[in-house]
Amino acid sequence: MMSFEVLMQALGNVMQLGVLTAIFLGASYGLFVGALPGLTATMATALLVPVTFYLDPLPAVALIVSSTAMAITAGDIPGALLRIPGTPASAAYTDEAYAMTRKGKASEVLSLGFFFSAIGGLVGAMVLLITGPLLARVSLNFSSFEFFWLACLGLLTCALVSSSTPAKGGVSLTLGLLVSTVGLDITTGQPRFTFGSVELFGGISFIPVMIGMFAVSEVLRGFSGRAEVIPHPPKGEVYHPYRGMFSLVKRYPLSILRGTSLGAAIGALPGVGGDLAAWIAYGVSRRFSRTPEKFGTGHPEGLIEATSSNNSGLSSAWIPALVFGIPGDAVTAIAVGVLFMKGVAPGPRLFVENPSMPTAIILCFFLANLLLFPLGYIAIKAARHVLSVPRAVIVPMILVCCFIGSFAVNNTMFGVWTMLIAGVIGYVMERNQYPIAPVILGLVLGPVLERNFIMSMQISHGDLLGFFERPVSAVLGLIVCSIVILTLVRSLMRKPKLTIPEVVASDISLPTKGSSK
Amino acid sequence: MTFNFAKNAGRILGYAGAVLTLSATTALADWPEKAVTLVVPWSAGGGTDATARAVAEGLEARFGQPFNVVNRTGGGGLVGHTAIVQGKPDGYTLGVITIESAMYALQGLPGVTPEDFTYIGRFNADPIAVNVRADAPYDDVQGLVEAVKSDPSALAASGANRGGLSHLAWVGLLSAVDIDPAQINWVASDGSAPALQQLASGAIEVVSTSPAEARALVEAGEAKTLALISGERSSLYPDLPTTDESFGIEWSPLPFRGLAGPKDMPADVTEKVSIALKEITEDPEFLEMMSSRGFSVAYQDAATFSQTVHTAGSSLGVAMKAAGLGQ
Repeated sequence: MMSFEVLMQALGNVMQLGVLTAIFLGASYGLFVGALPGLTATMATALLVPVTFYLDPLPAVALIVSSTAMAITAGDIPGALLRIPGTPASAAYTDEAYAMTRKGKASEVLSLGFFFSAIGGLVGAMVLLITGPLLARVSLNFSSFEFFWLACLGLLTCALVSSSTPAKGGVSLTLGLLVSTVGLDITTGQPRFTFGSVELFGGISFIPVMIGMFAVSEVLRGFSGRAEVIPHPPKGEVYHPYRGMFSLVKRYPLSILRGTSLGAAIGALPGVGGDLAAWIAYGVSRRFSRTPEKFGTGHPEGLIEATSSNNSGLSSAWIPALVFGIPGDAVTAIAVGVLFMKGVAPGPRLFVENPSMPTAIILCFFLANLLLFPLGYIAIKAARHVLSVPRAVIVPMILVCCFIGSFAVNNTMFGVWTMLIAGVIGYVMERNQYPIAPVILGLVLGPVLERNFIMSMQISHGDLLGFFERPVSAVLGLIVCSIVILTLVRSLMRKPKLTIPEVVASDISLPTKGSSK
Repeated sequence: MTFNFAKNAGRILGYAGAVLTLSATTALADWPEKAVTLVVPWSAGGGTDATARAVAEGLEARFGQPFNVVNRTGGGGLVGHTAIVQGKPDGYTLGVITIESAMYALQGLPGVTPEDFTYIGRFNADPIAVNVRADAPYDDVQGLVEAVKSDPSALAASGANRGGLSHLAWVGLLSAVDIDPAQINWVASDGSAPALQQLASGAIEVVSTSPAEARALVEAGEAKTLALISGERSSLYPDLPTTDESFGIEWSPLPFRGLAGPKDMPADVTEKVSIALKEITEDPEFLEMMSSRGFSVAYQDAATFSQTVHTAGSSLGVAMKAAGLGQ
């Protein structure tokens, strides 16, 4: 697919001082922005757009590529140390990472994040180099019918597989799905649950909710005296980043393989890919693990799979954007814009007329992921200082970051209020053992699920069988249906261990007469 | 104190005028003495954002103060347009508005009407085009329309939300050639990217969106652009016929991008910015950036722009009624 000549030419283009500087600066910048709790990779990319005005096409794209690769990985640092996920994808495994930190394994969890992200990214870039245009063609065959089933699959793995209490996970997920219906409905153009507030017309953004539910609820728990104290790193002992990583590679080779290939495949689907890959990878890892009971207690297996899928999906999201000009997420949308502005129009002609350009972009991914090793080393070394800061100092700093992050989403106080309210709700949910990660997934996938369902129904004139008419859609649909049916059958076959306590009439508070008006 | 309104109206107007003039003169003397906020109702990286940033850069160079682009997204642009309307009319809150600003009131959404803005100038307008799959059995827009005519509900079309401009452009075209718009199958999508994905996957048959956005798919041999829904050919795509010449109709729903501020901005500030905008649209660097992204440059001064928006509002209102969406 990719001739040696083109590869050499692309390599020559990348190995220029300007491009290498752009990759290095982009990576350092991405590390900084990503590591700040509450600031996201999308924001990091958007801030770079004005800078790219002054650059040549390749350095401009290299800057974006390396800063996003780094920002997404670095977003796992506040996730692991402070429980503030950097992206909706990392919300899938934030609890697991934080659990490891609480066990005193902060160095290990950070090393793991950087190491396996880099591996995932490198493998993902390799896969792209070989199969890029082919993958793009396959992804173009996905219509709303297939996307609907994929979204269902994502929700199912989250509710049934990732959570140790499926019923409570389901409740959290439903809450997220319900909140995602707030705002202008695209089908009818009518506002739903907006109560006349213009801010609510835009819906409830998942970023302030994510920051609030994870970080603010953690702060609240600290005030209530319920927080588990994170063990300080022992004084004098030096962190050894990446120690023990190779033994993890030997122990979980299958997880790495599954994670990276899942990431590369799902990431190439525009619209849903990037956010879904890590959730499905984490769910799959738990399903096929020999020790699923360890998940959620700070176990590296699921983390390895999810974090490697995250970075390998990152590069494949560029493929539909480069080949067909269909951007899959906010980052690639910005990148397509920058490419256009530089006179490099994405499209198949790019691959025919100027094949070294797309190859060079993939090589930039390669280099950016290689840079994860040394920059991650510095970050891990620095991270121990975060943990040695007294709680009285770090809590206000977390809150300031939360405020900035949620304000910056749309430059309004509305985001800040959303975050605070979500924080209180998250706190209450967790005190009652309801997981909060599914809320985020519900919020992210809700619109995807609804839009694709409605689009499909409009295409098939309301015929539900339309979901089984296209071959890929039918296969996906059968998988989803069989997971649901198998789960139901299994729970029915199982003899109930506990008899359901009889509901006493007086337990249900009925509205008294006259109180409703 | 009670007083006769009619008797005092003149005096009140006089005071109001004096106050306005006063604020206007201070503005004239100093504007801009601090950073200006430029609200963009669409997300970073999109076409509106990119053009807005280029315009902001030009304004910054001309006025020596930062023009900060602030993306206020959501609600199909309503959130950002409302932010512009609700800004202080002192010249420090400006925004880039799009044709949607004229459509919210028609959809029954509160907060933004064409009367709520001070218009400064338009800098871009690009027509919507009719795109079909490359292997579709028709080679021109007449063939497509014939196919729709024979069975209006068989061909699914998409490109935006229901009531969005893409939808109205398609509905307006079909009702102009006497097809009952109530029967056509419009698939509501969140913008043109998912609609194009649907087209490429073979799930739908027609996408109405700008030729720039469909360009990559057309070059890939996956789609073809049949015609512009417009009254005049585009300088960027001179070979594309227009629906007006193909059918002898008059239907030109032109999406635009322009600068505006909240209602009652000082007239001299408006004029200053309008003149600067005209200069920017003649700047070779700006022209090159616009054409590289497939955007045409189409400047209109404040008065003409205001008229364009109002006309667009009323003609789109007719199309909405035809689609059964009018309020």
